[in-house]
Amino acid sequence: MKSKCTFLLGGLILAAVPLALAQTGGLRLPKTVEAGSAFSIQSSGSGTAFLYIVGPGQVLRRDVQLGETTFFAPGDLHNAGRYLAVLVGGSSTENGAFDVTAAHQPMVLSFLAKPSRLPVDLHDGISGVVYAFDAFQNLVLVPTQVSFQLTSVTGAEQMRTALTRNGVAWTKMNSAAQEGVAKFVARVGDATSTRVIQQVPGNPCHLRMSARPSGQRLAVETEPVRDCNGNALPDGTIVTFTETYSEGESTVDVPLKRGVARTDMPAYSGAKVSVATGVFIGNEIHLGKK
Amino acid sequence: MTKPLLIMCSLFTAIVALGSDHPAVRVAPTDSVGPRPLERQTETAVTRDYLQAWRSMSDALDQNRTDLLNQDFIGTAKEKLADTIREQANLGIHTRYRDGAHDLHLVFYSPEGLSIQLVDTVEYYMEVLDRDKVLAAQHVRARYVAVLTPTEIRWKVRVFQAEPE
Repeated sequence: MKSKCTFLLGGLILAAVPLALAQTGGLRLPKTVEAGSAFSIQSSGSGTAFLYIVGPGQVLRRDVQLGETTFFAPGDLHNAGRYLAVLVGGSSTENGAFDVTAAHQPMVLSFLAKPSRLPVDLHDGISGVVYAFDAFQNLVLVPTQVSFQLTSVTGAEQMRTALTRNGVAWTKMNSAAQEGVAKFVARVGDATSTRVIQQVPGNPCHLRMSARPSGQRLAVETEPVRDCNGNALPDGTIVTFTETYSEGESTVDVPLKRGVARTDMPAYSGAKVSVATGVFIGNEIHLGKK
Repeated sequence: MTKPLLIMCSLFTAIVALGSDHPAVRVAPTDSVGPRPLERQTETAVTRDYLQAWRSMSDALDQNRTDLLNQDFIGTAKEKLADTIREQANLGIHTRYRDGAHDLHLVFYSPEGLSIQLVDTVEYYMEVLDRDKVLAAQHVRARYVAVLTPTEIRWKVRVFQAEPE
């Protein structure tokens, strides 16, 4: 423990000394630099030295002539973060810290829209999250307005705007009443990102069948099965016909084909026929007794 | 009289924090993190994995080993740190980052649960070394913004960026 404390105290003193040199010496640093922009660092003294720019995001080294200005070209230092500039010349070093900030204008949007497929007419059913990045993949942390636009197959639009906070903005949208593909666009200035949302019919809202005798059997057929907004349920949706009679029960599962389900069942005198899909129950038909 | 006492207290706090193997960690209460409620278990897992990411980053930058990033970083954050490690290796230097204290605020949990953002006011001790020779050392206090995304077994850091306080 004693050695650890000694080491740490030594480290703290070491940290303080170069800082003092940076202040009294002549390493003149910018306080902040916008990512990817040109900047310069002025040193003092004479002779040659190495200038290191060190941070978790990037490391650079330049051979410098002390007393002269070292120029960094656009794009040289492009990752946002906190950097330590270290001037190493002979036996002496100087250092100082500065910040590189993201550019103010987002160029790339990371846009996550969920879900990619959902039923129609769901309130706040679609979420969109945008992370705004500059050209160098730095998160743009200054508040920026993001516009979200959801356009359904009929051309109906929903618009929302949100301000980024710490580089992120989000919104929620309703799915449209009509099934089909919707385009979900996020936009900041010239930067846009588009996602496609598939809106599918909701739960059935109307299920009605009719029956007619067909020899010794009974032909049953539904009307086109639709959701509450009039969208036809997709083919393949299973419709169950159940016939209950004195000796027992018969059940037939039929997939929708072109919006309707049809089958034949035995025609038992006095039987009851019902129809259902999922948890939705349609009408019942009672057969007369012979 | 008060000022020297404050300086001594600060120095003592720094020594205690930096001298410990584990950083002092404070997690701010998370009453609201945006569109999705944050469960306690998720908060604990995100905090644990983020702090582990600091340890991995520190080891990777000290040993100039990109493979040490694999467990805790992904995407842009991993690519940028790996580039830094390669640049360090080319220049024959390495860096030590010893995190002494973290003040964490979980600020955003996305509606579908696929990203979580935190802001960390962190104090760390940074050394730049040429082999074993310390070229520079500095105590740094910075505000980091991190975005983590879930993977099969842990949260990984996807965005890791310091900004001026």
